[in-house]
Amino acid sequence: MNVRESGTQPVILEQDVVVARQTVRKLALQCRMSLVNQTKLITAASELARNAVIYGGGGDMDWEFLEDGARNGLRLVFRDTGPGIPDMKQAMTDGWTSGNGLGLGLSGARRLVDAFDIDSGPGRGTRITITKWA
Amino acid sequence: MGEFLLVTIQVDMHDQLALTLQDDLAERIRKTSARGVLIDISALEIVDSFIGRMISTISGLSTIMDARTVLVGMQPAVAITLVELGLTLPGVATALNVERGMALLRDRVRET
Repeated sequence: MNVRESGTQPVILEQDVVVARQTVRKLALQCRMSLVNQTKLITAASELARNAVIYGGGGDMDWEFLEDGARNGLRLVFRDTGPGIPDMKQAMTDGWTSGNGLGLGLSGARRLVDAFDIDSGPGRGTRITITKWA
Repeated sequence: MGEFLLVTIQVDMHDQLALTLQDDLAERIRKTSARGVLIDISALEIVDSFIGRMISTISGLSTIMDARTVLVGMQPAVAITLVELGLTLPGVATALNVERGMALLRDRVRET
């Protein structure tokens, strides 16, 4: 698997969530992703970018354009240096929220992508990696 | 639109803007004594949990303000994504397009 191109952008303010969505849409188009897969990936990115802003106190989104044989894909990393997630099992449960959201962000985002990895703990921030193949 | 309000969402809204829309709409329902609200999201390329919650809230608040809300124009890819996300918008009336949404609103308002 090769990384053909990569980049990073901040997700600190609410408006950055909109910009993150726009970036992911542009990249997904370059990847020739189907409309449904584009929509799923942008929606997942929107959830994770918002989490980074609201719960993580802001962070960054890294993106990588992947090539694996004949297929293309996108890998996105959302990382923040916030308080981290103390109880991962609980955080991944549908309907559970530590804030005032619907509690679908993490669990829902995981269902929308092909690969989902989360690394978080108290005091060390949160790092979520998602991959979607075209 | 007579006794109905038509809200067409045409931009990718940041969260605060979505909340402002929610508040403005409640105020509009009061001012115009509207009996129904039609929300057209045909231009929206994604609906995430935040926008989904806004739609549910508008639907709920319009009901307690004696108006009915119908959501119209959801793109198929958005619908597929919403279901997978786990957001099925319970209690929100939907119609395929504005025309059918208007017909549904008329029926609903007549029932009350």
